[in-house]
Amino acid sequence: MKKTIFLGTLTVAGLCAAAASAATLDDVKARGNLNCGVTTGLTGFAAPDANGVWEGFDVDVCRAVAAAIFGDENAVEFVPTTGETRFTALSSGEIDLLARNTTWTMSRDTDLKFDFIGVNYYDGQGFMVPRELGVTSAKELDGATVCIQTGTTTELNLADYFRANNISYEPVPIQTNAEAQQQYLAGACDVYTTDASGLAATRATFEAPADHVLLPEIISKEPLGPLVRHGDNEWGDLTMWVLNALIAAEELGITSANIADMSAAPTNNPEVNRILGTEGELGAMIGLEADWAKNAIMAGGNYGEIFERNIGENTPIGLARGLNAQWTDGGLLYAPPFR
Amino acid sequence: MSSMSENPPRNSFHLSQLIYDTRYRSMTIQVVTLGLVCVGIWWLVDNLLANLGELGIEPSFSFLSSRAGYDIGSGFGTALMGYTSASSHLDAAFVGILNTLLVAALGIVLATVIGVIAGVLRLSKNWLISRLMAVYVEAFRNVPLLLWIVLIYAVLSESMPVPRDYRPNADGVANVEMIFGAIAFTTRYVAIPGPVMGAGSGILSIIFVLSIIGAVAYRRYAKKLLFDTGRLLPMVWPAIAIAFVPSILFFFILGRPVSLDYPVIGGFNFSGGIQISNPLVALWLALSLYTGAFITEIVRAGILAVSKGQSEASEALGMRANRTMSLVILPQAMRVIIPPLTSQYLNLTKNSSLAIAVGYADVRATLGGITLNQTGRALECMLLLGLFYLALSLIISFVMNIINNSMKLEER
Repeated sequence: MKKTIFLGTLTVAGLCAAAASAATLDDVKARGNLNCGVTTGLTGFAAPDANGVWEGFDVDVCRAVAAAIFGDENAVEFVPTTGETRFTALSSGEIDLLARNTTWTMSRDTDLKFDFIGVNYYDGQGFMVPRELGVTSAKELDGATVCIQTGTTTELNLADYFRANNISYEPVPIQTNAEAQQQYLAGACDVYTTDASGLAATRATFEAPADHVLLPEIISKEPLGPLVRHGDNEWGDLTMWVLNALIAAEELGITSANIADMSAAPTNNPEVNRILGTEGELGAMIGLEADWAKNAIMAGGNYGEIFERNIGENTPIGLARGLNAQWTDGGLLYAPPFR
Repeated sequence: MSSMSENPPRNSFHLSQLIYDTRYRSMTIQVVTLGLVCVGIWWLVDNLLANLGELGIEPSFSFLSSRAGYDIGSGFGTALMGYTSASSHLDAAFVGILNTLLVAALGIVLATVIGVIAGVLRLSKNWLISRLMAVYVEAFRNVPLLLWIVLIYAVLSESMPVPRDYRPNADGVANVEMIFGAIAFTTRYVAIPGPVMGAGSGILSIIFVLSIIGAVAYRRYAKKLLFDTGRLLPMVWPAIAIAFVPSILFFFILGRPVSLDYPVIGGFNFSGGIQISNPLVALWLALSLYTGAFITEIVRAGILAVSKGQSEASEALGMRANRTMSLVILPQAMRVIIPPLTSQYLNLTKNSSLAIAVGYADVRATLGGITLNQTGRALECMLLLGLFYLALSLIISFVMNIINNSMKLEER
């Protein structure tokens, strides 16, 4: 029996490790589609609609990358992952890109051997409580029962924050956002804590969103971004510049409405021309066609359009741009020059 | 040396004899197979290490001593280890191990009780009772355990009131009243009074332990007397009296050293008393009922394996039905029951790793869940988990083998 267990473990581990090969772009092209890891369902960020088509803020990043490679935004296989399975899925090669509101931390970047390709949402950890509790600050949560997704940075932030403020609490570990929602509504916990954007998205799906309040404290920095495996820099560069193209497109005024005109012939702005492939060789530098960025932007619009459509102020989730505005508008979004 | 010449010549050994000579063949095959298995294992390990090396990951267990940084819900293991988020990952693993041991031990006891009672009732001549037991067995044996765990947990968490419903409102009336003012069922836990050990409680516990030993000794004596002389002393009531009367007397003589701490509703939750969390209750009940269904069938098979002549003989001697069962049938049935019972205990213990489904902090949830995620050390954590379950299973088998040997038929 001893041997069987040992053998089984080793076989699985061995196979997983063997599957992670170096040239991800070649694999993706040979396969004909991109395998993109997303959440198991978080409205606004990644969730299947009534027809089973995935949509959301993170999903649009996947679609943009697929469009840049294949010219087809639908050449994506979406792989739902939990907080626990996401890293194994990426390092084993099951997915090529993880766009699952994952916080960029040093140990994930170095020890876990991943590369974050940028930040697509600057977030922070918040708390949601039922309005009837009458709580107005996280400091009043002494003795509360808190629902928390395991395997996340929020789990560690929570422990640190309550310890620093000398407040006691009772954690209820849960696996997915859907499970958290059900537990929270059933009263198995008083508080649900996760990234503030996730709380807003979750609250939007409640029957009576107004009965729940988000507390003012934001207890951490959560730069959420897509990530790839460490070691394949060409693939990392490609995905990073697709994300940058989406951000730069908003800054330069390239939208899904005017992109057809702008890419038809060179414009007066050389940077726009370089992005859209009417000038220069930027596409070839990352192993793609000249119209890579045009396809990526046409998939779901520029960063601002993606934001407004999925999680912006006119959606049920109703998030303001805040830190996620362009640097020209006082936000943190700042794409390096396309040159 | 002269005697050597009488033996058959031994110097005519050829290598081909290893295959063609039946004296050596089986040994040859075993040696070759063992060699192949070793090479296979070496190849897998080498492949794994090479691939991990390529990814720049080296297996290391140093993460066990680093700060865990996460909190584990209060409960048996957390309290015993004094665990906080500042403890190490190793401490977190031990919290999980203690919680696993707790639910496994509770589950084994309850599953055995359920299984034995249901197994006997399954053979009852009462049609309704035996049918009811059949329904129980089929319902639990044929539905996956995970569903039962989640179902029981959902029933507990959806149907019970939230703790704040117990808080009196402005008029001093609460939505829900506690049972006897002492017990509260909530969506999160069952709050019950807990004992508070005052001065003199140590003496009381010693007296209690001694009187339990006394009760056991009395039963042994009565049994020996019965087997030696045939004289039957009353067993149940004297044993209960020996076990409890001295403790109760001394409880009052010592001036009530042990008092009860009643749970009181606070801001969000109850404080004081003991809180038995719903995940533990759900896991415990589901594991016990599920494994109990299998044990029911094992007990039934064991009873049916005892020849009918045995019960007829004991009836002919004038023994009542319950004595026939406890003194004649069950002791013989135990020989058939114990070996398969061992594997049911092992199943229950291993199935307790489903705890994560309801957020119970067992070793799979701490070491194999949160620690694994926060450190990313999947291979190391899974290896340690495997070793732990292996060791635990071997210990259970070892204990059950001892019991089995003591039950074995003594052949003369």
